[in-house]
Amino acid sequence: MKVAFFVTCLADHYFADAAADAVRLLHHLGCEVGFPPDQTCCGQPAYNAGRTREALRMAEHTLDVLAGTDAVVLPSGSCATMVKKFYPRLAGESGNRVSRATALAERTWDLAEFIVRRLGVTRLGDGLAGRRVAVHQGCHALRELRLETEPTTLLEGAGAEVVPWEAQEECCGFGGLFSVKMTAVSAAMADRKLETLPDVDWVVSGDGGCVLHLDGRSRARGDAIEFVHLATALWRGVN
Amino acid sequence: MIRDYAARSREIIRDEPGVREAVTGATIAFDEKRRKGYAEVDADAWRRWAEGVKNHTLTHLDHYLTEAEARLRANGAQVHWAADAAEAREIVIGLATRRAVASVVKGKSMVTEEIDLNPALEEAGIEVIETDLGEYVLQLLEEPPSHILGPALHKSLRQVQDLFAERLNTAPDGDPDTLARAAREVLRNAFIDADMGITGANFLVAETGTVALIENEGNIRLTTSLPRVHVAVVGIEKLLPRMTDLAGFLQLTARAATGQPIGCFVSLIQGPAAEPGDDGPEEVHVVLVDNGRTDVLAHEHAWEALRCVRCGACLNACPVYRQTGGHAYGHVYSGPIGSVLDPGLLGLHDAMPLPFASSLCGACEDACPVRIPIPELLLEWRREAQDEGLTPWKERAALAGLASVATQPGLYRLAGRIGSRLGARGAARALPMLGEWARDRALPKPSPRTFRQLWREGIE
Repeated sequence: MKVAFFVTCLADHYFADAAADAVRLLHHLGCEVGFPPDQTCCGQPAYNAGRTREALRMAEHTLDVLAGTDAVVLPSGSCATMVKKFYPRLAGESGNRVSRATALAERTWDLAEFIVRRLGVTRLGDGLAGRRVAVHQGCHALRELRLETEPTTLLEGAGAEVVPWEAQEECCGFGGLFSVKMTAVSAAMADRKLETLPDVDWVVSGDGGCVLHLDGRSRARGDAIEFVHLATALWRGVN
Repeated sequence: MIRDYAARSREIIRDEPGVREAVTGATIAFDEKRRKGYAEVDADAWRRWAEGVKNHTLTHLDHYLTEAEARLRANGAQVHWAADAAEAREIVIGLATRRAVASVVKGKSMVTEEIDLNPALEEAGIEVIETDLGEYVLQLLEEPPSHILGPALHKSLRQVQDLFAERLNTAPDGDPDTLARAAREVLRNAFIDADMGITGANFLVAETGTVALIENEGNIRLTTSLPRVHVAVVGIEKLLPRMTDLAGFLQLTARAATGQPIGCFVSLIQGPAAEPGDDGPEEVHVVLVDNGRTDVLAHEHAWEALRCVRCGACLNACPVYRQTGGHAYGHVYSGPIGSVLDPGLLGLHDAMPLPFASSLCGACEDACPVRIPIPELLLEWRREAQDEGLTPWKERAALAGLASVATQPGLYRLAGRIGSRLGARGAARALPMLGEWARDRALPKPSPRTFRQLWREGIE
């Protein structure tokens, strides 16, 4: 299957190795992966801030860049949600070529969503055998895409022990602009996640934004927690 | 003050750690009960039904308000219309003065908090006693409620023990039952002495002119039945068309609020005692309060917030609210629903920055019994705030800059390389947004090589 890889700006600059692992994983699962070179930011920072005009400009750009692709896969539940859920809404509200946004939404997938729901794969290998992990579920993946079980299914399908986490489904407090506008509350939300974290080898998440924030807070507190992007964890699971 | 949200929330988290602990514990317990309460029924179907009933009622609000007024009058109740908080206060104080009321008992009511009724009554020389246990605690402490349903849930048992030991002479380590009994002693006498009982309403049924009140303590039953005069202060969005609608809403609201199948007490009040000597008050007054609600109803998007039944489920589900409780928000309606309702009731300018006091995690929308799309409404208010220039100019400039860069791929790649290098050297701390980020977190570590570079070199 042909896949256009939309790396997202955060993964491009902060999780480059994880994004490369996502590509390796897709290759391994038999996909032919392409990288449309003119891709930039999906526009979510502007969308969430209420800057509709800017969000629409970035959405239009992304729609142009991804025109003519088959499946589009992103290593981020949040950016996937922007394309799948918020592009059609933006286009609808501005009366602007809704059909193009809807068509893109229908062929766009978060990485875990794509592997489980589109490829129908849940077993990857035994590479994570003996490894204890906790899963942080990004809110967009969880409540917009309803990926309630997919990350856990895949991690367990790669041999990991997924340890229950009291605050597993709670927001980490990132929220994009929220993390810099309401920084004390945002940090306290991260603390709640970190305070309830069970004893694990890795904290795994499919969203780089959440990881940047949780990792930043945990390092500021002096914790020694290893955060691993879901793409990297799964690629390690294959091997 | 609402505008101090960011600073006030930082102070509460830093200086009053007990608040975060108490609020987190209590709201998680409420939220778990709500989940169980929903799981026992086909909650999604109930919620869709309730949304439909409320939408219908709000669409025909003029009709149902007129019907409710006519029914209430036919039942012998008196109906008063208050356009704003000042009018509502005048009406209630007028009623109290006319009947020479010296002492008032109150049931827990958010709308009377909204209109600042208690200070106005006290200024008129009338004694006011809150009879909900949580409200009574807060009245002794001279604090506003922190939560729609559990007004004192930000307080620890220890704090209430200390308060009651000092004010009611209870043992310093009195258990919750002992504390409740001590309050009950005081409140029993207050009920007997009071000339007027003031409550809000959970619902007002148009078909029958019925004020419906849900509670667990029995204090509302006494407030509405013992004093000579009962005044119900009711927001105009509280209407339901028929008694059969009420049957559903009583159950759904209780499940959303506490996971109970129904409240321990439900009082249905249609009018005063029929004959002198019968049970019930001599006079029943219903004060219908607008106070900004028709403006909210006229708003293209925000009107959906008027479906709210004040169950508190969105507060209980909200990880933002859990860090501070309600006081950080600076208005009686706090948490997710406050952040979408307050801009409508007070005007967006006066409610800034509440639409931004959310990570948009969406837990509130999943919990809401009337399916208010709170994250989408927050975004609508953010859009209006941006359009009206109510956000910091640096933020607007940064986002405009992002859009310009992101629509020019060459420029985007260049900016990415520069940004990564700055970040690696820690110089990014000087950027306005990353400076804020670094207040409470270590700076992110950029990848040594971007994905683009890795892709060009070939990924094996």
